[in-house]
Amino acid sequence: MLIRPFGWNEFWIIVIAAQWTIALSAIAFAGGGIGGLVIALVRVSDSKWPRLVATGFIRVFQGTPLLMQLFLVFFGLNIFGLGINPWIAAAIAFTLHASAFLGEIWRGCIEAVPPGQREAATALGLRYYNRMRYIILPQASRIAVAPTVGFLVQLIKGTSLAAIIGFTELTRQGQIINNATFSPFLVFGTVAAVYFVLCWPLSVLARRMETRFSRATTR
Amino acid sequence: MYNFNFEPVFSGFDQLLLGAWLTIQLSCAAMILGLIVSVLCAAGKTSGVAPLRWLIDAYIEVIRNTPFLVQIFFIFFGLPSLGLRLTPNSAALLALVVNFGAYGTEIIRAGIESIQKGQVEAGTALGLSKLQIFRYIIMKPALRTVYPALTSQFIYLMLTSSVVSAISADDLAAAGNDLQSATFASFEVYIVVTLIYLAMSVGFSAIFSAIEKAAFKYPLSR
Repeated sequence: MLIRPFGWNEFWIIVIAAQWTIALSAIAFAGGGIGGLVIALVRVSDSKWPRLVATGFIRVFQGTPLLMQLFLVFFGLNIFGLGINPWIAAAIAFTLHASAFLGEIWRGCIEAVPPGQREAATALGLRYYNRMRYIILPQASRIAVAPTVGFLVQLIKGTSLAAIIGFTELTRQGQIINNATFSPFLVFGTVAAVYFVLCWPLSVLARRMETRFSRATTR
Repeated sequence: MYNFNFEPVFSGFDQLLLGAWLTIQLSCAAMILGLIVSVLCAAGKTSGVAPLRWLIDAYIEVIRNTPFLVQIFFIFFGLPSLGLRLTPNSAALLALVVNFGAYGTEIIRAGIESIQKGQVEAGTALGLSKLQIFRYIIMKPALRTVYPALTSQFIYLMLTSSVVSAISADDLAAAGNDLQSATFASFEVYIVVTLIYLAMSVGFSAIFSAIEKAAFKYPLSR
């Protein structure tokens, strides 16, 4: 077998593979944003059974490994006759995962809005929808920005597991290049550096927003 | 219509239970060693000289902003080129310790910083001995402050440890992989493995909250 050296060409192949990591993260974040909003709203609703179902959904996704969630969707799709497709499996698994985590984060943010706001809105005659739409969510969304960005970092790192089911993103591309060049130190060093470049600015941003927010709200 | 076949899963169930036991052992070992790393780094960060602080900060940022899978690949495949050859199991343990150390450092540091100097001085004024001050005034409240964060970090570590199966280290996920490739009942195997993980994380949180109730039940100062 031919072993080629690790050069600029290989370096760029890895860097460019980051687009698939970004694409998968974006899909999961968009899907998880919608799912998470639904979960969060159900979690704080007044009806008991939907609330229990949403709680169970969150508990299951927080209490099991992301890798197993990915495997279950990957092999589960085959059961429903949809064949084995890493793209679809990864998109669905990460969307469900993000829905559960964002749902729990945003529930916390909704509950962090002082109870007087909700009581005042109810006293003004606003029902659930208008109360959420005009009073609670605008305030909760400000609280939510920092932890949401923090979760995005976790999600980007999590998409590396898609490599295990054969989805060619950053980590999988690293494995492929490593098999051809056999210089794991450089290859996985480069892969780690690309993840760091993606995640670190977001981490710093999240931290900054958090301190700015807590300074703005402490009196 | 797909026919679910759980027969091969249950005939290999003791294999999965052994895997679960290995996961618990691996997680506990990584937690204990990781805590040692965390305490050392937290001490270095709060009292060390500037270059040491920068080094610890860099370690924390690098680990927290790269995926665990890449860290374990780097350790298992990358380190041998520096002359450090590890078995899959020791590479898995090392990766988990290094990973937990970065998260644990921040948790421990928060605990140390939560103790105000005035409390120690009050203890001295009450005539408590050095050991009593350390035990009742520093350790107990500091532990209580960090306890919830540490226990949820432990459960997160246990779930993350499933990734070590990617370098074929021994754990529950790897036991699942073996059973899966022997029986081809992929979905059935992984749903049972997932339920075992769920049972372990629910079980551990129950144990941890029981310990919390027993150990930290004295009232808060508010």
